[in-house]
Amino acid sequence: MSDPVLVLSGITKRFGALVANDNISLHLGAGEVLALLGENGAGKSTLVSILFGHYVADAGSITAFGQPLPAGDPKAALAAGIGMVHQHFTLADNLSVLDNVVMGSEPLWQPFTRSKLARQKLAEVAQRFGLAVDADALVGSLSVGARQRVEILKALYRGARVLILDEPTAVLTPQESEALFDVLSQMVAQGLSIIFISHKLGEVLRVSHRVAVLRGGKLVAEAAVQGTTQGQLAQWMVGHAIDSPVRLPSPGVGEVVCSLDGVCTGAGREKLHDVTLQLRRGELLAIAGVSGNGQVALAELLCGTRQASSGHVTLQGHPLPARPAELVKLGVARIPEDRHAVGVVGDLPQWENAVSERLRSAAFSAWGWVRRSAAMAYARRVIAAFDVRGGGATSAARVLSGGNMQKLILGRALLHPDAADSQVQSHPPTLIVAHQPTWGLDIGAVRYVQSQLLAARDAGAAVLLISDDLDEVLTLGDRVAVMHAGQLSAARAAEDWTREAIGLAMAGAAH
Amino acid sequence: MQLTKRNTLSPAAMVLAPIGAVLFTLLVSALLVLWAGAPVGQTYGLVLKGGFGSVFALSETLTRAVPLMLTGLAAAVAFKARLFNIGAEGQLYVGALAAVAVGGLHGGTGFDVPPALLFVLMLLAAALAGALLLLGPALMKARLGVDEVVTTLLLNFIVLLLVSLMLDGPMKDPTAMGWPQSVALIGDLELGKLIAQTRLHTGLLGACVLAVLVWLLMKYTVLGFDIRAVGANPRAAAFAGVPVTRTVVLVAMLSGALAGLAGAIEVAGRTSYLTLDMSPGYGYSGIVIAMLAGLHPLGVVAASGFVAGILVGADSMSRAVGVPTYIADVIVAASLISVLVATLLTQYKVKFK
Repeated sequence: MSDPVLVLSGITKRFGALVANDNISLHLGAGEVLALLGENGAGKSTLVSILFGHYVADAGSITAFGQPLPAGDPKAALAAGIGMVHQHFTLADNLSVLDNVVMGSEPLWQPFTRSKLARQKLAEVAQRFGLAVDADALVGSLSVGARQRVEILKALYRGARVLILDEPTAVLTPQESEALFDVLSQMVAQGLSIIFISHKLGEVLRVSHRVAVLRGGKLVAEAAVQGTTQGQLAQWMVGHAIDSPVRLPSPGVGEVVCSLDGVCTGAGREKLHDVTLQLRRGELLAIAGVSGNGQVALAELLCGTRQASSGHVTLQGHPLPARPAELVKLGVARIPEDRHAVGVVGDLPQWENAVSERLRSAAFSAWGWVRRSAAMAYARRVIAAFDVRGGGATSAARVLSGGNMQKLILGRALLHPDAADSQVQSHPPTLIVAHQPTWGLDIGAVRYVQSQLLAARDAGAAVLLISDDLDEVLTLGDRVAVMHAGQLSAARAAEDWTREAIGLAMAGAAH
Repeated sequence: MQLTKRNTLSPAAMVLAPIGAVLFTLLVSALLVLWAGAPVGQTYGLVLKGGFGSVFALSETLTRAVPLMLTGLAAAVAFKARLFNIGAEGQLYVGALAAVAVGGLHGGTGFDVPPALLFVLMLLAAALAGALLLLGPALMKARLGVDEVVTTLLLNFIVLLLVSLMLDGPMKDPTAMGWPQSVALIGDLELGKLIAQTRLHTGLLGACVLAVLVWLLMKYTVLGFDIRAVGANPRAAAFAGVPVTRTVVLVAMLSGALAGLAGAIEVAGRTSYLTLDMSPGYGYSGIVIAMLAGLHPLGVVAASGFVAGILVGADSMSRAVGVPTYIADVIVAASLISVLVATLLTQYKVKFK
């Protein structure tokens, strides 16, 4: 192998008592794809931020193309040819592709942009790497996959020779991901180097040459992809062998609990158009789809925070009330997509968050006064039964880690106050609406949430799982439907779908 | 510079921060006192003596504290729900206007009811007037997203002109020799004195009771939870089933009612009639007091006593050593800033980069 283009030696970064990066040494060769693998909080983002100059390492040094890279200077990183493609795009929707690409790379005090030169250069770059885009299209009008290409072009336009991609496939359909992988291989063929951050094991094995695994801030493994298995990678990532979840057939699928019939609501990206859906007792229905295709509208509709503009939504034969407190009373367990912004009120204590949905019921208030001891007792039961760790009932919900916050939300949704034995099974919810319930959780918490959903299903709950993680959908769903542009495909048994068919449906090609 | 919220508060910081805030306030004010050419120690001594140093001083301070406590409570409950009611001044004046309308016009006898009942009606009218004045801005905020800071602030000026209109017109006291002042309340409606030969009236007890009630409401009731949840995270509150619009409207009515009561109690306890200069900005000072108290209803009681003491003490100090009374505003303002900074430093970690 030729000289490495990037050498990180002994990088250490502490935040207070937490060691985010512990003496990490890595190198990246020319024309190489290095996958950086690790759970949330393993130190991937910190390491990349140091590389890109957003953080200054406490110890260690970086060399790029043989030259030492000054610490804490994003401009120097750019100048050295390091480009970053963020998971959340940094593009201006109301500007054209060309303007977005040029923005920031021209001097501020210059009467006119040199758009002719820029256009030419953009066309060259696009041609070279097979990244076809219309330079004059407004970014706001582009698909997510096209926006990502613009983001990559932006980095290449500035002369990036090392490209860092942060979870690039999180927002793509399987087909768009394939297109991205093609682009990556072209870039590699032309001598560019790529750092590919991901936690999807299959992808890592598919696109990279070498993989570096971080766990708890330490570099725990570094290996050539050839000859490495998914199981091996997962074990490195979490430190012990993990069982893939197995969905056993439901013990008994019963009557229809909730049905949507020709439902329309909303507008723009968050709309539903003529959605028909039936959720049955003891069955988990999973909805696949790229985020932003109406999933939020569907979840809000079934969580009581949005109303249908036409069509019928029924719960056990009656119209579904569009009021959260009444839904909860009818046994609807709700797990929102954004646990920080919607799931909990971070500044209020955990016990108040545990009872917030049921505060208006006779169990927890009388004559407008909160029955504090009953509320506290219930909160303690949720915290104990769902193993919520962090501070205890009276400390703010904000201090909980993502996984523990999700356990609190899951616990309050699933555990009925009348279930005196703290067993969900003895008093299961009628319907569970789970929107991206495992998003951003570490593998341990993911498995826990998934197994709780399956257990509730076995106890007789109808479960609706909305997820953009195809693996999750195919693993957990008894039946699977696909959402695209506000429309829902017919639900079919999970076994009747192929990945390709789901991918096509996600892209809107066929229903 | 970056601020990150601390997960645990260190006990040492909780003790040291307020002490630091007081020291900083004294230091800043001392520089101004020196500039005015007065001895610092003596000036501070006189402020303390004038505000708290005798039965008379204390009675004056507490008299001044009554309306401040009520407007402070009005700001505290509204701010807790992130309803930024800057209109307590206007609500106080419409409250006073309503009180005089019920208890003064036609000698108060137009209603032909016993004085005890009339007294209750007078307070209800004042509370309702204040509440209704804030209802419009609250609905406009909840339904249309209109910024309540602008609407409530501007309503203050409209109300002052309305009061002016009434004092020169329908409610003018014909015996006041042309002064723009309202007719007086009938004697039966005036509040009793707490201490003879002083101006301190039973309104103080009422304000303290209201502070305790507001504290109970915020801490132990469903509405209190709703208010805190809506203030901290309205989306999560709505998801949990809190009726957000209704909560904003209720908190507005409560806040406006408290400020309206401040006006009625000022009239019934101190002036007995309404003039255009009845409030030297009590509504605005209420905001300062609520912030000093960290929006805690019982903290408002202490903070209003502190601010009233400084204001009263500075008056008498000024007569003795010739430092302008504006030093009181400086002390209050500096203490607010230093308390806010101290709170920030105890709750957040500051990182420079």
